[in-house]
Amino acid sequence: MRAVHFCSSCGKVQPPVPVDYFTFFGFPRKLNLDTAALEKEFYALSRRLHPDLFAQANPEERAFSLEQSSMLNDAYRTLKDPIKRTEYLLRLEGVELEEQSKQATEKARATGELKKQVVPPDLLEEVFELNMHLEELREQKKIGEDDPAMLEEIGKAKLSLEEKYDALFNELKAEWNKWDKSVDEKPEDKGNEEDRRKILDKILDVLNRRNYVRNLVRDVNEAMES
Amino acid sequence: MQHLEGFYLCNLTSAIERTSAMERMATDHIVGIDLGTTNSLVAYMQGDSPVVIPGEDGVNLVPSVVALDENNQIIVGTAARRYLIETPERAVYSIKRLMGRGLEDIQAELKLFPFKLAEDLQQGEVLRIKIGERTYTPPEISALVLRQLKRNAERFFSAPVTQAVITVPAYFNDAQRQATKDAGRIAGLNVLRLVNEPTAASLAYGLDKKKHGIVVVYDLGGGTFDISILKLHDGIFEVIATNGDTHLGGDDIDNLLIAIALDDIRGDLGLDLRRSGEAVQRIRQAVIEAKIALSSQPTAKLDVDLPGGKKYQREISLAVFEQMIQPIIDRTVGPCKQALKDAGLKPEQIDEVVLVGGSTRIPKVRRLVRNLFERVPHTDLNPDEVVALGAAVQANILGGGSEITKEMLLLDVTPLSLGIEVAGGVTDKIILRNSTVPASATQYYTTQVDGQTNIAIHVLQGERELARDCRSLARFDLKGVPPMPAGMPRIEVKFLIDANGILRVSAREQRSGKEAEIDVQPSYGLTDEQVENMLLESFDYAEEDFRQRQVIEARREADTILTALAKGKSNPAWLELTNDERRNVEKLGKALVAVKDGDDYHAIRAAIDALNQATMRLAELMMDSAVSTALKGKAMDEADTDLGEGPQAGHPVAKADFE
Repeated sequence: MRAVHFCSSCGKVQPPVPVDYFTFFGFPRKLNLDTAALEKEFYALSRRLHPDLFAQANPEERAFSLEQSSMLNDAYRTLKDPIKRTEYLLRLEGVELEEQSKQATEKARATGELKKQVVPPDLLEEVFELNMHLEELREQKKIGEDDPAMLEEIGKAKLSLEEKYDALFNELKAEWNKWDKSVDEKPEDKGNEEDRRKILDKILDVLNRRNYVRNLVRDVNEAMES
Repeated sequence: MQHLEGFYLCNLTSAIERTSAMERMATDHIVGIDLGTTNSLVAYMQGDSPVVIPGEDGVNLVPSVVALDENNQIIVGTAARRYLIETPERAVYSIKRLMGRGLEDIQAELKLFPFKLAEDLQQGEVLRIKIGERTYTPPEISALVLRQLKRNAERFFSAPVTQAVITVPAYFNDAQRQATKDAGRIAGLNVLRLVNEPTAASLAYGLDKKKHGIVVVYDLGGGTFDISILKLHDGIFEVIATNGDTHLGGDDIDNLLIAIALDDIRGDLGLDLRRSGEAVQRIRQAVIEAKIALSSQPTAKLDVDLPGGKKYQREISLAVFEQMIQPIIDRTVGPCKQALKDAGLKPEQIDEVVLVGGSTRIPKVRRLVRNLFERVPHTDLNPDEVVALGAAVQANILGGGSEITKEMLLLDVTPLSLGIEVAGGVTDKIILRNSTVPASATQYYTTQVDGQTNIAIHVLQGERELARDCRSLARFDLKGVPPMPAGMPRIEVKFLIDANGILRVSAREQRSGKEAEIDVQPSYGLTDEQVENMLLESFDYAEEDFRQRQVIEARREADTILTALAKGKSNPAWLELTNDERRNVEKLGKALVAVKDGDDYHAIRAAIDALNQATMRLAELMMDSAVSTALKGKAMDEADTDLGEGPQAGHPVAKADFE
């Protein structure tokens, strides 16, 4: 069911109902999403909700249009991006991804300690080696030298990380399918709740690992460019 | 028809509302204004095409120059340019560079531009610029330019103009946008929308073509640079990414050339003219002319008369010029690459590149754009006018649209990320740059101390990690938080960037449901009260102005028709009228003479109309006898073409130039 944005009788814009972004567009709470259909719906709703269409309307209608249109844009921005969409669903399902990391960040700041990042076990060895190389690279850059062999090593490591990054996205998509299947199943099915929780935990795990790899790639790029 | 219960705004009068809105639109012209660093323009939608409204001098461009004459009368536009050279301390240009900025932002500007700040300027106060003995804030100076454009439009329509769309550089921040909106209000304009300049240009560009695809707009103007990447799809103009530099443009090229010339003069002639306002302005005019000439010639000559009878002469070749400006135009590359990256596009995915702004006439700039985007850019639009024309299109859309614009919708983005300062002076970004506007973000706050009733929030704009490196937008003080143990209140604060790219904030304490009071202290900019005061002064003035102008024009029209009547009475046709007709015409002529020197516009107007009506047959007879059949049925003042242009004469309108 799509949320009601207009009066079904006179067609006037209504104040936004506090619904989630999936409901706003009338999509099920699934992670595989037809982005072409989403875009089409976004354009269609923009043509009815955008403040440009209400420039001559009364202040109340203008205010509704502003709120509705900002919600439309926020919803579209979130849902069209696969990672933002996944993170949003986690939050909707009570997995406080962002707040957790924020608390950790603030705690680390308050105590003056470095924020601890858990290295995914399968990357332990690779990361250890890479960090050593990066440290050397920075030292060398300071004194204006460079070692082509080591740059090649780092380049290789970066390539491997990028492959890992792509692989993790595929892993994520596999979890999407599991989630969507569980949404299609009847809610009264016993054990469904627990299964869902497991899928969500797995999704969170994949996202965390992927973020970790992304930050590593960023560090490598920074060290090489500086 | 029964409306559903609980629905808002449903009423049977909506049809009536709509009709009256349409009637209102028929009489109210919403204009589009390009408030530029160097030149400003006003345009409107004439049928299916946007056209620029010329000034009284017939010229489309109004130089963004404001001066005070010896009687302290305000002079704007072409006429004000003279003062830049004669009395530079009584004139100001490129004020757009100071819009929405603080004292600490403009140190570089002050070295290059002859802005004179008020001596009593306090830290944190909105800038005030000296013109002669008076001081004005940048929004007030911009308002004077806007008022000139408003007058030009009012003269053109013979009706008041109160609503406008004004363009701003896409990369303008919140404070610069707010300052522009304030300028509009001070000028007596209801600013329906601020539109980003490159986006406006795309509207004009995409108007008469059913365009699809990815379009890049490269906009290098007098003082600002913008790059915008848009996706055009079934009339929707969706901005995907934008970037820019609000302090990069033709001005920088001029200043570089001026600096070189001053160096030359010091070296060759032993004259230090850096502090001579008049000499610097003469050199400025000369280098601008040379710069323009070099867009079409291989060399240009500088020939400046200096104080003391000396001359500065120099020839600049295109090759030398291009070498000199290279570092300046190279500064546009970074923003272009960043915009492409943000849009997730490679140059080969771009369908078209559109050039906007006078500085894109420079061949070197065109080559740079061609290399960057691997496309030959479009040059068929007049780069000086396309932004104003696009603003007129947007004005038309906001007015309810017409046949040609009814499918058009602009979806623009915020150019800079919005953030709030969190512990450790770090910026927490809550709305990322290139988000489609309107956009919003909700944050939750609580208290740290028992019974705490105020919470301070610092809002920032920019891409940097640390708060001190971002632009401070405002400090909000949430007041009236119900006293509770620390951590208990839960205050929901909603940050919303509206379609103008301007931030709005609202807050609510969730446990008590109370709307929290927000005390906004804009880091830069005028308070509502200040704007209101400036507005009242100039608004009264503008209304008075308009009324007086109406009277003057009606008087001029009265004189025209009375002269025509005097001439008509010596025409043989006069005797062909009946005695009654002649008496009536005489009577109405006297009536017009009696009222025409008064101040009652409506009385003059009525007398003119009555006389026009009464002389209809005389005009016809005169035309018959003059065998001038083409003009049949016209009234007196139009029949006799020898009398010169009356105020009714058609205004020369510059047609938009599309292909």
